[in-house]
Amino acid sequence: MINDMSQLFWMCSIGAILVFITGFYCILVTFNLIRAIIGMDLLTKAVTLFLILAGYVTGRTGLAQALAITLIVIEVVVIAVAVGVVLCVFRHNKTIDVKLLRNIKG
Amino acid sequence: MTTRLLHSAVGLAITSAILSILIFRLASPIAAVFELSVCAGLIFAIFISSITVTQRVSAERLIIRKKERLRKFWLLPIIIVLVAAALSQVHFQMAFNLPAQTEENNVKIILWNLRHLDLLGQIVILLTGAFGVVILFKEWKND
Repeated sequence: MINDMSQLFWMCSIGAILVFITGFYCILVTFNLIRAIIGMDLLTKAVTLFLILAGYVTGRTGLAQALAITLIVIEVVVIAVAVGVVLCVFRHNKTIDVKLLRNIKG
Repeated sequence: MTTRLLHSAVGLAITSAILSILIFRLASPIAAVFELSVCAGLIFAIFISSITVTQRVSAERLIIRKKERLRKFWLLPIIIVLVAAALSQVHFQMAFNLPAQTEENNVKIILWNLRHLDLLGQIVILLTGAFGVVILFKEWKND
């Protein structure tokens, strides 16, 4: 049983680290604003999985779930507002390519 | 609508679905349901609706972007594969406690009694987000 738990823990840890790296890579590489938001969402998902893992290891799954639910709600609101901002940027500039956005250049 | 962005959004939804299975396996069913319904459902719908509004990037620009990406970040996919290989070789033994199904671990009691300020914060954040979206789209409607 302990061995199964250990295996699940390491599988989830590796998964969370890979999702985090993928999200970071996505934000670094892309020039598209929507894909940057997708990368940010991936980072949040990795953090959610780490929170749940911490609750699983310490045996306090209730608290971990409460924090994860709060994180999910915040994630949705941030993404909804970010997508709204991206759509406004598209309406003004007719592009969401960050290389072509020069209106706010200092 | 761009097909490549659509693929990214579908990939994100699949990631959310897999993540919710993992969260369910980690003895957190309510968080798993939240993840599946909100992240794989609502966020996917938000992304699809925004992708349908935007335009496809021209073919020439796409080729330029691919070249720039390959030139700058050719090392990163190799790093990801190496990290995955290294992590799969790591075997630490940890002492685990099985999560006890006591009142202390009941998420409903924790959320409503212990973390009720979190709920208040969630309501404020939801209202702020709704207000922000309304303001953003109100300007659009007026134009």
